[in-house]
This record gives sequence, C-alpha cells and structure tokens, in this order.
Amino acid sequence: MNYLTRRLVTFPLIMLGVSVLVFVAIRMVPGDAITAMLGTEAGLLTPDQRKALAGYFGIDRSWTAQYWHWLLGALQGDLGLSVTNGKPVLDVILSRFPLTIELALLAVVIALCIGLPLGVFAATRNQKPSDLAVRIFAMLGQSTPSFVIGLLILYILSSVFGILPTMGSAVSLFEDPIGNLKQLILPALTLGFSFTASVTRISRSAMLDVLNDDYVRTARSKGVPALQVIWRHALPNALIPVVTLSGVEFGYLLGGAVLVEKIYALPGLGRLALDAILQRDYALVQGCVLFVALNFMIVNLLVDLAYAALDPRIRLGGR
Amino acid sequence: MTPLLSVRDLRVGFGKGDAVKEIVHGVSFDLHPGETLAIVGESGSGKSVTALSINRLIDYGGGRILSGAIALRTRKGEALDLTQTSPQRMEKIRGAEIGMIFQEPMTSLNPVKTIGWQLEEAFRLHRGLSGAAAHKAAIEALERVRIPDAERRLGYYPHQLSGGMLQRVMIAIALATNPRLLIADEPTTALDVSVQAQIMALLAELKRETGTGMIFITHDIGLVAGIADRVLVMQAGDVVEQGPLDQILDAPQHPYTQHLLKAVPHFAGGEAVRHDFRRVDALKQRPALTVDDLTVRFPVTSGLLRRKTGAVHAVESVSFDLMPGETLAIVGESGSGKSTTARALLDLVQPVRGSFEVRGLEGKSQHRPVQMVFQNPYASLNPRLNVESLLAEPVRAGGGRLTSAMRDRMTYLLARVGLPTDSLTRYPHEFSGGQRQRLCIARALMVDPSVLVLDEAVSALDVSVQAKVLELLVDLQKELHLAYLFVSHDMAVVERIAHRIAVVYAGQIVEMGDAAAVLSNPQHSYTRRLIAAVPTIERRRERFELDTRSVPSLVKPIGYEPREASWISYGPDHKARAEELSA
Repeated sequence: MNYLTRRLVTFPLIMLGVSVLVFVAIRMVPGDAITAMLGTEAGLLTPDQRKALAGYFGIDRSWTAQYWHWLLGALQGDLGLSVTNGKPVLDVILSRFPLTIELALLAVVIALCIGLPLGVFAATRNQKPSDLAVRIFAMLGQSTPSFVIGLLILYILSSVFGILPTMGSAVSLFEDPIGNLKQLILPALTLGFSFTASVTRISRSAMLDVLNDDYVRTARSKGVPALQVIWRHALPNALIPVVTLSGVEFGYLLGGAVLVEKIYALPGLGRLALDAILQRDYALVQGCVLFVALNFMIVNLLVDLAYAALDPRIRLGGR
Repeated sequence: MTPLLSVRDLRVGFGKGDAVKEIVHGVSFDLHPGETLAIVGESGSGKSVTALSINRLIDYGGGRILSGAIALRTRKGEALDLTQTSPQRMEKIRGAEIGMIFQEPMTSLNPVKTIGWQLEEAFRLHRGLSGAAAHKAAIEALERVRIPDAERRLGYYPHQLSGGMLQRVMIAIALATNPRLLIADEPTTALDVSVQAQIMALLAELKRETGTGMIFITHDIGLVAGIADRVLVMQAGDVVEQGPLDQILDAPQHPYTQHLLKAVPHFAGGEAVRHDFRRVDALKQRPALTVDDLTVRFPVTSGLLRRKTGAVHAVESVSFDLMPGETLAIVGESGSGKSTTARALLDLVQPVRGSFEVRGLEGKSQHRPVQMVFQNPYASLNPRLNVESLLAEPVRAGGGRLTSAMRDRMTYLLARVGLPTDSLTRYPHEFSGGQRQRLCIARALMVDPSVLVLDEAVSALDVSVQAKVLELLVDLQKELHLAYLFVSHDMAVVERIAHRIAVVYAGQIVEMGDAAAVLSNPQHSYTRRLIAAVPTIERRRERFELDTRSVPSLVKPIGYEPREASWISYGPDHKARAEELSA
C-alpha cells in the first residue's frame, strides 16, 4: 500500500502550510486581542499598559518568533491557551467535537439513505413524471438556504405541534442517547436536507450515465432481473461521484455548521471558530483551522480508499 | 423442419406517439436450428436494431417494436411470440434461450466485477447453481472457449485481460446455458485481424459442437463468407436481398448487394496493388522522409520512490525512407508500435534514440511538412469550432495569419475533397463520418505538407465511404505529389493504397518491401500469419485454425538491448528479418 504511505508523508507538510497560512491571515485582519477585549476603550490604554497586555497575550514579539513558539508547542500537542477563557485550545476544541462529528455523521447518513435511492429511482424513471417530481424536490432542496429550512422546521414543530427541541448545552450520546437524538435530529434533518438534494441529483446523473453503458446491456442480455441490473451491475459503477460529493460535504460539516448551530443553539465547532475570530483569539482560531484541515485530509484519504474499494482499476492499477 | 426462429414483417421504431420514426421497415426471415444467418449492412441499415429487437433489448434503448411477429421455438417446444411476451418472461428467455455477444468486448463486461462473478451469475440465474458448483461450471465454460489457466483467470477483472480474451469471456457467458440462439453483433469489429480469425474459428467450432442457431451481424462481407449459411442484406431498414451464402456472393441480384461486394476491398494476395509509382525512378530524388534507427521507450516505474524498473519497448530501431509521391503502409496489430511510430514523427512522443528528417518539396514554403489524419473523425474535430476555424488552426499553429489567400485555399481544398463550398460556417456535427474525414484531410493539407501520416484513417468508415475516401487519397497524392505514411491493420485496404509495406511486430519491422512482393510472397512467419488471417470470399471453404500463441511482452528490464537485426533479401525491394530458430 505505498500509495497510503505517500499520502501519510504529505500529511504533515500540508498541515505546516495550512498553519502558516492561518497564522498570517488572522494577523492581517485589523484589530487584535486587546481591541477585541476592550473595544473602543482600548484607545484609553497608556503605552505601558498596552505593552503589558500585549506581553500577557504573547503578541508583542515578531511574527516569526510567535510562529516558532507556537509551532514548538503544537508539535508537543500544546496548541496554546485560549485568551477568552484561559483553557487549553485542544481541550476546548475536543469538548465541542463530539457534537459536531455526530451531527455531520447523522446528516451524511440521512442524505445517503434518502438521496441515493431517490436518485437511482429517478434515473430508472428518466423523463417520466416521477423523475420530474424528484428533480423538482432536489432543485428546491439545493436552492433553499439551511436557515430557512431550519426556521421552518422549528416553526412547524413549535407552533403547529407544540413541541420544542432541546437547546443549549450538549446532551451526551452515551449518558442519554434518546435525549441526545432528540436534540440532534432536527439540526441533522436541516443539514441533511440540502445535502440529500445534492446526493439525489448526483446519483441520478451518475446512474443515467451508467445505465447507458455496454455492460448494463450485457447484463440484460444475460437475463439478469431488472432490479439486480440496477443494484448489482449499475450502482457500483455509479458510486464514485456520490462518494466524492459525500466526502466533500462531510469534511465541510466537520468544520461545523455555523448557521444551524446558531438556530438550534448548539455548542459545536462552527460557533466556536466564529466566536474565536470575532474575539481575535489567535491561538483558538489557529487550533480550529488546523483541526478542520486535519479532518478534511482524513476524510479525503478515506474517500480515496473508498475509490480503491469500489473500483478494481484504481485498486490494481492499469494493465 | 420447424424453424427455431421465425421473424415476420418486423417493424421497429424510435420515439413516442406521433413522433415515432420507423427504422426497420418489415424484416422477415427464418432461422433453423444449427444454421447461421448473417445480416449484412452498413451503419444505419437497421441490422443491429433488428438483432436487438429479437431479444427485446431494444426496449431499453428507446426503441419499440411497432408491428410484426417474432416466433421463437423454446427448448420445451412451445412457440412464443416474443413481441407479445411480458418483460418478466423475457428475463427468463434472455440468457437461457437467446445469448448475445457485442461489438466492444472492452466495455461490454462490468469493470467492477471479476470475470468469474460475471460468468457464475449466468449459471446462478438460469441453472440455479451456486457456490462451488457455479465456480466449477465457470471454469469449464472458460476452458470451452480455450482460455488457458482458467481457474486463475476467474479472479481477474476485465481491465486485466486483452480484447481478444474478453471477447472469449463474452462468448463463454453467452454460451453458458447452451442457448438455442446466439446473436453476435459485430463480434470481431473491434479486434485485430489475427484475433478476429481466432474468434471466428472459435465460433465456428462451438457452433458445430453445440448446434446453436446463430445470427451474425456484420458490415464485412468477407467475414460472412467464413461462417454463414444464409445471408440477409439490409439497406436503410429494408431487406434488399436474402438467400443462401453462395447465391448472394456469386450471383447477387440486387444492385446494393453488388455495390457492397464491389465496395468492400477484398484482399487479393498482392494482385490489387497500385502500379502508378516506380521507386527506381524516384530514387534519383531526395526522400521526403528519412527515418533512421527510431526507438521509443516508455519507462515502467514501481515502488514508493517510483524507481525505473524497466521500459516498454514500443518502437525498436525502425528505419525507412519515403519518397515524394509514395505510400508506405505500416501494418501490424494493436500494440505493435505502429501508431507510436507515427506519433514520434509528429513530435507527439519523444524517441529515446534515432532521428528522422523531413524534406519539403523544392520551392515550397513550409512551416509544417508533416501532417496527420487520425482514425476517429468524430473525436478529432473540435465540436465547438466551425469549419473555417478548424481549417485555420494548423495555419495559426504554424504562426501564420488568416489572409485572403488562406481563405481561397480553404475553399479550394473543400471543393477538392468533395465538400460543399458553403461548409465554412458549419460545425462538425452537421457532417457525416466520411465528410468529417474529408474535413480532416483538408485540414491536414492547409499548410501544404509533403508528408501525410494517415493513422488508421479509413478504419472507422463504412465500406462504401471507405472506398471513396481511399480514391480521394490516391487522387490527392498524384496531384500534390504527397508522400503517405499509411498506418493500418487492414490488409485489404493496405493492398489498395500502398506502394511499399512495412510489417511491424512487437515494436520492430520484421518485413519490408514492395507491396506486391510482400503480399504475394510473404517471408516472415508473422507476415504469413497476418495474411492467412484475412478472411476472403475466395477462401470461404477454408477452416480457420485456432492459434493461442501470445505476443511477446514489450516490457523489458533496464539496460535491455535487443539483438542487432540481420536481414535476408528476397528481391530487389523485399527484405525480411531473419528469424531465430526455436523449437
């Protein structure tokens, strides 16, 4: 599996690049931790006070010195302290991560469970009314912003059915599985809705392509029953674009879904990162971005492995 | 004897409602058990649509049987009208009663399933076998189509096998359940001549063994001669003639059949070569193209660090020269390096050794003395450019400007290759395959080249179109004194255009010389094999021998250098490589 080793070697290099980019990017933004903390009152500080504060936040040294210091810590698993609450960045991120990953997983599962069969069904009914209905659904799902869908679901549940989802702090999956599901199912549906729509569209078009392929005709000429032609012969060949899309979406969701977290008041990674940026919490922003980048790379690797599992031409190489 | 299959007034159309377009206008024929019926026609004649209607695969291709009857006598002896059978019942008939092989073996097998899985599926569906029993049956099926090392091959995926092997697998699948009827839709069109001969031999042998009735669809009348009992000729959806093989071939009644028989280039063993060029006279001139020791290798890498572990020796020490006004045909099978040679001459691939020199005609200003015409006219014209831009491209690429003289040349060339003068503003999709190839030729001639490389330039065309394009090429050659490098696998076509022939095998020229000499008196064993594999009407009674020899691998370890060739001369312009005597 030398492909895998090659990928693992490039991992740290990419992470290094990402960290430099974030480091520079956030410092290019006007304002710093002091102004974020004190607002306009920061202007009232004497130079000595300002210098003392900068020293306290560790932003008085040159960028290279700051980066070097941070890098040395990061290599030892210390991503620094968050200036807003004084806790280690890694702990803060890890405390938010379970909710985020669960939400992302739920959304992917919902999207694949609904979108894939729907797309395959639409492809087999090409240009018929049922296909049209699926396509309209997919178009609506993709073009409606998630906050609209989220608010709509909230509205229907609260004012029509009179039930409200649990909000606020995260309910642990292990301590209270049902409460946890109750808390996450609505946000997951909200997130999964547009995701479902894109999975539907892409699996429909991939299936349509594959259904015209010669080997599908061969399968039919062998007398393979219609359903088996679709699920056994055609679908495995149509999965690659679906896996690609799901990987990208999943990686994206692992970075947190800011809007949905806001609407349902969930303590996820997205809100964490947003707040950190607003407060110029340099260490936390860097930590968040690095963490998201790592997630993305792992997901991409999994996607590539999935390609190899799906397609022997990738697995075994060309002739 | 009651026929196995009886088709009456079959009409097939595409489209829905009022927009139905009838493609097949009333086909009728009978097929008896053990008999082979060949359906012959050019593209668009409705021959494939007819075949796909019989096992109703046409339902999935957007077509519909409009009227008529297809009576099939099943294994149990009942007569079934396939036009009225339910889709569920058809699933039981396909595979069990009717097997089918298709044109493209490379794409007709599922790329993500093993050969074994796909074979076993046929046994699972129709014989209820599973597990070890299905596996055993699959091995036997592969052995039946003469695939060596069958058990190991079952674990292979389609991309790991060659086209010829895959077509054998297809045949094994189609015959897995001993169907009473086998439909073969151009089963050898995508294959090399010698592989074609093997597949034909296999089909003929299996037909004798099993007594299966066969419908054999082809555009190649030469191929029909070897296998068919009866022939049905189709043109534009109509049956124009049908009858016993000998009657159709020897005494064709319908003008279209006569035309087809005349248009198809029949290989005549060197008797039909051109006599319009004398190399001896031309030798006083300087050659238009001199190739010396041309060698192309592609590195093979492996391991983490992509270390070079060997090389594909695609072209090995190829040398020849080409006079103005002369055609040199490079003949060989796929993978023999003939196209790579052509590409090297256009700097499309880098040779590792050797040189070539192109000389323009005296007094001609030339930016690009070598131009190329490719095999597939559908893929080699950018669909988003109109004809004017397409023709301007080689000029622009050479740094030229689009002047009024260029425009004049465009209209002149369009007229010369036989295209309407208003073509300039049109787009490629508005032209037929033959017209597109004419466009490609006109495009190549825009910069006034002295050498034209024709890479399988007529292979993708229908026979009658092919004949006309060849005619055009000959005329252009005489008029413009062009040198042609004609790369082809088709001996019959080569015979009609070549003055000289170079036979390549595994990257090396094994025989070269005057076309008539090489074709009538082949010396190298490979050339002989190649010529023996060409199906001809004259040799229709001959039986093809099964040949399972494989081409030697072109991948050699680092530092490998082939032995210096020693040539044996067989005449003033005819030499062949000395062969090693092996047991």
